[in-house]
Amino acid sequence: MNVPDWIIILIKSAILLLVVVTTFAYAMLAERKVLGWMQLRPGPNRVGPWGLMQPAADAAKLILKEDLTPKTADPLIYRLAPFISLLTAFSVYAIIPFGADASGAWAIGNVNAGILLLMAITSIGVYGISLGGWASGSKYPLLGSVRATAQMISYELGMSLSFIGVLILAGTTSLDGIVNAQVHQWFIVPQILGFLIYIITAVAETNRVPFDLVEAETELVAGFHTEYSGLRFGLFFIAEYVNMLTVSCIATLLFLGGWNAPFGLTMIPGVVWFIVKISFFMFFYMWLRATLPRFRYDRLMAFGWKVLLPLATLNLVVTAIIVALKG
Amino acid sequence: MIAFSILAVMLLATAIWTISAKKPVYSVVALLAHFAALAATYLMLHAEFLAVIQLIVYSGAILILFLFVIALLSSGVAPFSVGPNKMPKLAVPAVVLALVALGALSYGVAHLAAPTVTATPGAAPLGPVGAADVFGSVADFGKALFTTYLLPFEITALVLMVAVIGVILLAGDRTPYVATEKQAREVRREMREAIVRGGDR
Repeated sequence: MNVPDWIIILIKSAILLLVVVTTFAYAMLAERKVLGWMQLRPGPNRVGPWGLMQPAADAAKLILKEDLTPKTADPLIYRLAPFISLLTAFSVYAIIPFGADASGAWAIGNVNAGILLLMAITSIGVYGISLGGWASGSKYPLLGSVRATAQMISYELGMSLSFIGVLILAGTTSLDGIVNAQVHQWFIVPQILGFLIYIITAVAETNRVPFDLVEAETELVAGFHTEYSGLRFGLFFIAEYVNMLTVSCIATLLFLGGWNAPFGLTMIPGVVWFIVKISFFMFFYMWLRATLPRFRYDRLMAFGWKVLLPLATLNLVVTAIIVALKG
Repeated sequence: MIAFSILAVMLLATAIWTISAKKPVYSVVALLAHFAALAATYLMLHAEFLAVIQLIVYSGAILILFLFVIALLSSGVAPFSVGPNKMPKLAVPAVVLALVALGALSYGVAHLAAPTVTATPGAAPLGPVGAADVFGSVADFGKALFTTYLLPFEITALVLMVAVIGVILLAGDRTPYVATEKQAREVRREMREAIVRGGDR
């Protein structure tokens, strides 16, 4: 019996969605645990053994909470914004490959312009935050969303430029092509500057500490999601963690060799290596959150435009010259 | 054909919504939906790269700036000091750098191997979306843009530049830019006094 393609794609998508949501739930728990340990306290440990059922309890709480819409809010856009955030966060996973075998990369869709499509989809994610803050109709969310917009478009430039060095070395824009180009040497070695710029801009793009000016609870209450409650807040929350996962995947694919095993340890399957590398980046995020204070906003913008962007441009030009002279 | 019809209806509906919406932010949302449908249409025409660029450039960069401006419509700008004019000092290194870049590019064009064009653009085969070296792929798009259509491409860049300069001239930046923080304080004080005299706008 021949199953039509679209049914297979649907099943694959459903499984992947389940995996991503579960990862989100336990990434959140892991973050609270790691933050706890770094601050010498146990972290959540009441619900289930070692607090393992905490995500389920949180989900039940968020679902049962009252869904408030402020009187001053714009009802349509207020409801639309969390969906834009979540939709863009999830749709990225349609093209991210997690491993490969003889028949090709393990991804739902293998796109020729893969890395560019990733950039395109993630760049739309900012609309969720931007529109959500505007539509709330009160001042703190508006300030948060304006900050988000300015910050994300500023850091996106440095981020895209840091990609291009890798694209020049790999000679392709398809994600499995980039990973296959790193069989002998990971791009973190020739592109160490690009890698550093990427991880800094990635933290800024996902609005995490020390770049979480968008939420900045000491000045803006909760920033763009101040007025959101219940499941709508939950959607923003899921989107934030899924985006963290996405940038970890991109860093792994572009700079750490994707599913290629280090030191010739090929007896461990590639997908395991992929998960290990992503977990490292997720831990790195939590580590940053536990140790760094927040940037001041004008310094954040100055850093993005006057330091990261010129450095990324320099990296691109030098890479292009070296590749041109070699090839 | 069915997919095209759906997309065409979506394109028209969102375009009409864009120009008829009463709130500017609704126009932005409609335009966002329009760009998404347009990108899907490009995909159906096997122009994969164009579809992605449509999303990155228009949805990701230009439209978000619209939203930025609209969210802040009718807010005043306080003057800030930009410091002394650094242009004359930077002009010499800038010109030198530009000449070096021009020299490097000319050398590259003249001496390095020309990219092998496998098929003449436009006559390239319509392959499956995602394959390399077919119509609409990144490589093919780049070759067409930087060989066959180089002149129109550069002229477009010039036209956009003229448009940017025109916008600056027409819209006029009424923020008084001043050289020192002392002058900036002076202007801010004058503005405050003007507001007090004239009542709150």
